[in-house]
Amino acid sequence: MTTSSTDRDVRSSEPLDAVPVRHPGRWVAVALLAVLAAMFVHTVLTNDNFRWNVVGSYLFSGPVLNGLGNTLVLTVISMVIGIVGGILLAVMRLSPNPILSSVAALYIWVFRGTPLIAQLLFWNFLSALYPRLALGIPFGPEWISFDTNQLINQFAACLLGLGLNEAAYMAEIVRGGIQSVDHGQTEAAGALGMSRAQTLRRIVLPQAMRVIIPPTGNETISMLKTTSLVVVIGYFELLTSVQRIYSVNFQTIPLLIVAAAWYLALTSVLSIGQGFVERRFGRGLQTGPAGPRLFPRTNRSTRNEERTA
Amino acid sequence: MTPMVEGIGIHKSFGATKVLQGVDFVVQPGEVACVVGPSGSGKSTMLRCINHLERIDSGRLRVDGHLIGYREAGGKLHEMRESEIAQQRRDIGMVFQRFNLFPHKTALENVMEAPLVVRRSPRGAARKQAEELLDRVGLGDRMGNYPAQLSGGQQQRVAIARALAMSPRLMLFDEPTSALDPELVGEVLDVMRGLARDGMTMVVVTHEMGFAREVGDSLVFMDDGRIVESGAPREVLANPREERTKAFLSKVL
Repeated sequence: MTTSSTDRDVRSSEPLDAVPVRHPGRWVAVALLAVLAAMFVHTVLTNDNFRWNVVGSYLFSGPVLNGLGNTLVLTVISMVIGIVGGILLAVMRLSPNPILSSVAALYIWVFRGTPLIAQLLFWNFLSALYPRLALGIPFGPEWISFDTNQLINQFAACLLGLGLNEAAYMAEIVRGGIQSVDHGQTEAAGALGMSRAQTLRRIVLPQAMRVIIPPTGNETISMLKTTSLVVVIGYFELLTSVQRIYSVNFQTIPLLIVAAAWYLALTSVLSIGQGFVERRFGRGLQTGPAGPRLFPRTNRSTRNEERTA
Repeated sequence: MTPMVEGIGIHKSFGATKVLQGVDFVVQPGEVACVVGPSGSGKSTMLRCINHLERIDSGRLRVDGHLIGYREAGGKLHEMRESEIAQQRRDIGMVFQRFNLFPHKTALENVMEAPLVVRRSPRGAARKQAEELLDRVGLGDRMGNYPAQLSGGQQQRVAIARALAMSPRLMLFDEPTSALDPELVGEVLDVMRGLARDGMTMVVVTHEMGFAREVGDSLVFMDDGRIVESGAPREVLANPREERTKAFLSKVL
């Protein structure tokens, strides 16, 4: 029997000095990407058609910032309507009350099943259908009535269209989240004497958030760009502002770069925010079972674990 | 003396499956009643009926003299509202096989949750009580830990403290040690032994015959949705009268 040279000092408790797995493919890929990146930078800097001076002069110009402001306001308010409405609809959908559940199902069916542009136009032209809106007893007296065009201006029509449509999508996301929470949690809360509402608010929803947040981040980023549809009812936001400018001065590419830069910046901020929210709702859940993983942990989650352990 | 739990002719089916077929059952205040039997015998279902996690199909089930889940008025039974059932459950603590701790809350927050939310205790008082309870189950040093950072035995002890936080008059245990590593079973049984010593009324569905013999005041053997045999634990375990009981005990003892 022979003893190989590496067996000699195995009891010395020194760290293993093994040759790591080589990844030659990675080096080839790096070289290839470096060439492509260099070509890209070169063309961006040398091709005058990019007109970086035009990009620079419009990036912070009044009309662009105005449009950007509208994009932000529309996104934030529509998402608030969407999330609050979505939670409400999801809870109704899962309610043991068959009336609430069917009403929610009907809502989701209609608002997911018709085009958003059609919904925006519908809210904008509601006055064609109902010139006046009134509060009162059905078939009886009216207490107050409004001129529809005054009550629902363009801005309100945008929010109704975007927000109510978003609520239907959010409802399904929230429902998935709620259903992902183990039934034992509801039973344990019930056995402690907590009501359905208390159980939902304190126990189920906080745990559902972990599942709800990633698709909600998707929805928010998507909403940022979907707001450009409000052009169909004559409202304006970032992309519309930019289009108005290049339809006059024909600097199409530089102005589209301006819009793209702002969308990218906003998306980056949202992604960072999402990371923070995810960590907040991941409390107590970072320590999973040990063992081989399909996807190695990122450094960030390992650090989290060390902190909470 | 009013019995703490009184079940008369309880039937329960899940679809076509008859899970309980006429169960009569009495637990006196201060008694530790152990329920044993093969899986599928209906013992867990019976336990879950006691706090109305399952609704009985027929019979009468009373806790401390009050019907569970129903009101009797004018010679008819009326289903209780959700809020009334929640009210009844406050006095009945339950410990689950899979612990069911709230994973997003620390051990301390798990124990404080029901007093804060259900009884609306002031935060300071709830915290003090939770600290005392966690001390009592031997976890005074793990209060800030999340359930995922605790062993199974520790989690189950937190679950017991959580149930005790509502000062229940009756504690239900649904196979509290079945999901635990063998070496962790002892620490949970120790806590339950302590509770029994303090006079808590307990219904324990278990496979721990040693615990039943030592701590139990009564033992019920169930099979196929019926109570086959019941009596003093030592008596039933040492000299079972029924063939079915003998066959079961010969396999588990």
